[in-house]
Amino acid sequence: MPRFAIMLFAIALMAPQPGAAAGDPERGEDLYERRCFACHSLDANRVGPAHRGVFGRKAGAVPGYNYSPALKRSEIVWDEATLDKWLTNPQALIPGQRMGFRLGDAVERADIIAFLKRESAAGSSAQSLSSGRPRER
Amino acid sequence: MNDSAIIRPPAGFIAERRAFLSGVGKATLSASAVALIVGCESLAQGASNSASDAAILNAALGLEHEGITAYQLGAESGLLQKPVLDVAVMFKNHHEEHREILIGAIRKLGGTPVAPKSKDEYARALNAASLKSQTDVLRLAARLERAAANAYIGVMPSFGDRALAQVAARLVADETMHWTVLAQTLGDKLPVKALAFGA
Repeated sequence: MPRFAIMLFAIALMAPQPGAAAGDPERGEDLYERRCFACHSLDANRVGPAHRGVFGRKAGAVPGYNYSPALKRSEIVWDEATLDKWLTNPQALIPGQRMGFRLGDAVERADIIAFLKRESAAGSSAQSLSSGRPRER
Repeated sequence: MNDSAIIRPPAGFIAERRAFLSGVGKATLSASAVALIVGCESLAQGASNSASDAAILNAALGLEHEGITAYQLGAESGLLQKPVLDVAVMFKNHHEEHREILIGAIRKLGGTPVAPKSKDEYARALNAASLKSQTDVLRLAARLERAAANAYIGVMPSFGDRALAQVAARLVADETMHWTVLAQTLGDKLPVKALAFGA
């Protein structure tokens, strides 16, 4: 029995960790609506900048949005890794930026990032309030 | 939508709505009220986290500015019927009180409160032209209230001054109360599972 338990433990250790899992854009869309919409939309600058096209974009590059100097100075390009760090703790990634929102759940971060990636790939569309939200990005 | 059964403003409130619609009688809190809510002793200027905390509060203020205008747009749209209209005005007043609390806290931290955008800018950003019915207005309000509650929950770990997390918690309670009323009026199901916010 102890050997069986050890095997189960070893299998559990080998299983993919939640943070490493590929995100689900469908879940991400729902999360974006609930967690990000207060400040963000895909196509409109609100409290935070518009998000469509964020994937692959340099930080601080949305026209018409008033970024913090710290974010404008950063040389960050948004991809899975940088967005994950940003959503985990934006102040740790770019000290002096203005977004205080943190998303502690790695699976939720992956899902939202997958949604943003999908919408970025979809390209620009007519201005809409279509879901989506976090802050300065 | 059984609004009359769920939405009922408190007695005496309706008389205040006319003043709101005419743009006078804006809700303001006295400096002492702000200090009482925010906890003036804890907000010492010069603390290393003051600038960061003020920036977070300014984002929250931007959110409240937008919420106030959203309710104003709804109230002026002619789409809201009594008693829903009166409650929408009451919720707008709550957000105006939030605004005053946040402005007081930001100033106490040495920051400059962010100014609201124009009504037209908010209307475009919120796609207000697409609102064609009372249900549309309430649906947008419910989305904003739920997301606002989640936003406040999401910024709590970032505050350097823990007293501000308590202020945020009190704001979350108001947003959640608003969402619950709106969701019930819309006939939406309540969350089956606990911890429905912040996740």
